[in-house]
Amino acid sequence: MDGTILLFLLQDGLTNGAVYALLGLAMVLVFAVTRVIFIPQGEFVAYGALTLSMLDAGRFPGTASLLVFAGAAAFLVELWGLRHDLTAARLLRAVAHYLLLPALVWGAVWLLMPAAPGQFLKILMTLAIVVPMGGYVYRIAFRPLADASVLVLLIAAVGVHLAMLGLGLVFFGAEGLRADPVGGDGFELGPLLVTAQSLAVYGVTLLVMIGLYLFFERTLMGKALRATAINRIGARLVGIRTALSGGIAFTLAAAIGGVSGILIAPMTTVYYDTGFLIGLKGFVAAIIAGLASFPGTVVAALAVGIIEALASFFASNFKEIVVFSLIIPVLLIRSLASGPGEEE
Amino acid sequence: MILDVRDLHVAYGRAEVVHGVSLGIAPGTIVTVIGANGAGKTTLLNAVMGLHPSRGQVLFEGRPVPESVEARLAAGMCLVPERRELFAAMSVEDNLVLGGFLRSADERRETLEEVYQRFPRLKERYRQQAGTLSGGERQMLALGRALMSRPRLLLLDEPSLGLAPRIVRDILQIVADLRRIGVSILLVEQNARAALDVADEGHVMELGQLRHSGPARELAQNPAVIETYLGFHAA
Repeated sequence: MDGTILLFLLQDGLTNGAVYALLGLAMVLVFAVTRVIFIPQGEFVAYGALTLSMLDAGRFPGTASLLVFAGAAAFLVELWGLRHDLTAARLLRAVAHYLLLPALVWGAVWLLMPAAPGQFLKILMTLAIVVPMGGYVYRIAFRPLADASVLVLLIAAVGVHLAMLGLGLVFFGAEGLRADPVGGDGFELGPLLVTAQSLAVYGVTLLVMIGLYLFFERTLMGKALRATAINRIGARLVGIRTALSGGIAFTLAAAIGGVSGILIAPMTTVYYDTGFLIGLKGFVAAIIAGLASFPGTVVAALAVGIIEALASFFASNFKEIVVFSLIIPVLLIRSLASGPGEEE
Repeated sequence: MILDVRDLHVAYGRAEVVHGVSLGIAPGTIVTVIGANGAGKTTLLNAVMGLHPSRGQVLFEGRPVPESVEARLAAGMCLVPERRELFAAMSVEDNLVLGGFLRSADERRETLEEVYQRFPRLKERYRQQAGTLSGGERQMLALGRALMSRPRLLLLDEPSLGLAPRIVRDILQIVADLRRIGVSILLVEQNARAALDVADEGHVMELGQLRHSGPARELAQNPAVIETYLGFHAA
């Protein structure tokens, strides 16, 4: 191996690592606020990527219909939750949030599709389809379990993952899709060709990290989300609705997932089940950083990306194994360092 | 009456622990409920705040209280729970700011200044993590956080719990001072003597019912109360 190959591998690793970082950030965010280990994070990536690819191919994205169904299901769950104290205002809000919003998105996509919209508009449409799903998933699967243990929440997360995987197969089919690349040429840096696409990946990762930091440290809502994570009773006593915090966290996670999907869609062929593996690598990074630190997660994710790139060169058959084995020494060190019996 | 509780029943599953309690608080007064551990005092407070479902009537400023905790908070009630429930991993200032979560940004800024004036110690430590404060400071922070919501009625659950006697006096002095800015207080305490010292009116709670009620001064003289709740301290 010479220096040029190493540079190529590093570049590849950094680009992938930046995507893993986005997923890891979303997982840390969701876990901090709701204690859910959000396995389905990867599905949002696949949904985002496949939705954009279908729009690129001029096909009506199945996720738009899925959004309508998810909204309707969430509406029923909400209605059941409100059965004892249903007021006109609450009913109206539920109708607007769970029925009207998805219907509007569906209608907008249906109307705009024949006009062959530009890339920017397609990205907006993709986000409009994918982002609200985060809140619906929370309403359907996790809000009823808000006081359950981490283990129960993890099991629910695995269930949601399997459901979203199956729905992905139904709505996208089994064949892989690839989106058109983002416009703009790259530039050459020594032997490396830096594409506009990879620059977009780095930029977005950096922006999301800074944005999350500012949101949690500087804004009242961000502090309220952290407070919910630290002490749910305390949060209730100062008037923070924990259900709202959870909904916001999941919506943000879906947004990060959708953006990640949009970023990778032109770089690789995405299948309905591609998200899981990407999500797991983000998860490894989040675990290495203790599911607690945003900058730590980014550093760990970049390391995961680089190690994966090197592994795919030296032992390509084992590259997944190498990446997932990383978690073992980390867990060992963490469990030795933290001492026994740390229950929440 | 700023608070009017009528025939309140509270149950955990089938086991009823508060059996038909009625009490009222006149504006600007301190009413204390004293009693032994397990008498149902905390349950009573939690039910008044809406943390726990109950049967019976709770009127705040003459109107039935709203259903949810945050609506009661917005209406002007605030509970300082026994365990304080601070945000341990956040700074003192963030804890206070979140106390004013339901208020406007202007109100929050203004009230924060007032709270810092009342608790200079909190101002000194505004960047320190709440979890690293001493017991007395934590209770100050819990009170300060509650004041940030601009309550007209404070529900205090055992503010003296776990504090050194000198600090108990300081804290209760602060509580007594709150009356002057027009905050009415329902004070639940095991430390009967200290509570009756600051309160205007008192109730003794036993097994989920109010056994003795009256002006705090008179309760402190009541032989039955002295024997059960004050005797040890008086000796």
